[in-house]
Amino acid sequence: MDATTTDYPTPRAALVAGARDALGAPIAVLAAGYVGYGALASGFDFPPLLIVASTLMIWALPGQLIMLEMHAVSAQLVLIVLAVSLSASRFLPMTTVLSGMMRHPRYSSWQMYAAAHLLAMTTWVAAVNRVPQLPAEQRLPYFVGFALLCWIACAVASAVGYFLAGQMSELVKLGLVFMNPIYFLLILTGETKAALGRLALAAGAITGPVAHALAPEWSLLAAGLVGGSAAYALHRWRRQRE
Amino acid sequence: MNNVSVADLLVLILACAAGTYLWRALGVAVAGRLDPDGELFSWMGCVALAMIAGLVARMLVEPVGVLATTSLLERLGATACALVMYFGLTRRNLLAGVVSGCVAIVLLQLLR
Repeated sequence: MDATTTDYPTPRAALVAGARDALGAPIAVLAAGYVGYGALASGFDFPPLLIVASTLMIWALPGQLIMLEMHAVSAQLVLIVLAVSLSASRFLPMTTVLSGMMRHPRYSSWQMYAAAHLLAMTTWVAAVNRVPQLPAEQRLPYFVGFALLCWIACAVASAVGYFLAGQMSELVKLGLVFMNPIYFLLILTGETKAALGRLALAAGAITGPVAHALAPEWSLLAAGLVGGSAAYALHRWRRQRE
Repeated sequence: MNNVSVADLLVLILACAAGTYLWRALGVAVAGRLDPDGELFSWMGCVALAMIAGLVARMLVEPVGVLATTSLLERLGATACALVMYFGLTRRNLLAGVVSGCVAIVLLQLLR
C-alpha cells in the first residue's frame, strides 16, 4: 500500500483492486479470528451451517463470541441480543465516517446501506486510510471489493475452524489470537498520517487500559469517547492558538 | 444447552444480526445528514480511532483468554519484533510484520 493518489480506469477496476488489497494480511488476520470462532462454536450445540450463517449475517466477531458464550450459559434471548447490540455500537462512528467518504451520486442509498453490512474493524481501518486517495466514484467499489472478499473468506474460515477444532494446539491458538493486536498496531501506526489521527491513537492507547480497569463492559466505548474527544479538543485548541 | 432446536438458534442469530445491523444503518443515516468535511465528522473519526487504539493497548497490556498465559515482557518483545520487521526490515509489509510478531510470541513460549 503506497500513499500516492491512485486512479483506477473504471469502478470495476477499483473493485478488483480492493479485493486484491484484501488478500494477504487483512484476510489472514480476520480469518484467524474466525477460525477461532468456528473452533469455539464446535464445542456448543450450533450446527456448522448455522455457524457459517451467523458469520455472514452478524459479521462482528466480538458480538458473535458474546452470543455463543451467553447462549452456552442459557441466558435469555433479550439479554443476549442486548449485549450483542451494545458491543456493536462501535459501528456507529465507523459507518458514519466511512459512508460520508464514499458518498457519490452514482450510488443509491440502498447500495450504501448494503455496503455498511460489510464493515468490520479490519475493513474500516484499511478503507479509511486508502479510500480518501481515490476519486469519489471509485471509493464504494474499492471498499466493497475489499470487504466482500474478507466476508466470504471468514465464512469459510468459520467452517474450517469448526472442523479443525480438535487438532489445534494451544500454541497455534496463541499465534492466531496475537495476530489481531499486532495487525491493528502496525496498520494504525503505519498508515495514520494526519496529526489529528495520531493524537486520537495516542489518547485511545492511554484511555483503553484505564477504562478496562474501571468498567470492562463499557471500556471500548468509553475509551473511544473520552480519548477521541480529548484528542479532538487538544487539536482544536492548538489550532486556535496559531 | 440441550434440546435447542435449529429454529430457535436461527431466531437467536437473526435477532443478534438485527441488533448489530442497527448501528450500521444508523451510521449511514447520520452520515447523510452531516458534512463530510465538517467538525462533527472529524470528532467521530477521532472516537473511532481511539476506540481501536484503546482495544489494541488493552489486548497487549491486560489481555484476557489465551493471551493472558503470556507475560507482559513476552508480548512487548514480540510486538517489538513485529515493529522492527514492518518499519525497519521490510518496507511496511503488513503480512511480514504480523507473521513475525506471531512467530515471536510462539517461539518465546517454546524457549521458556
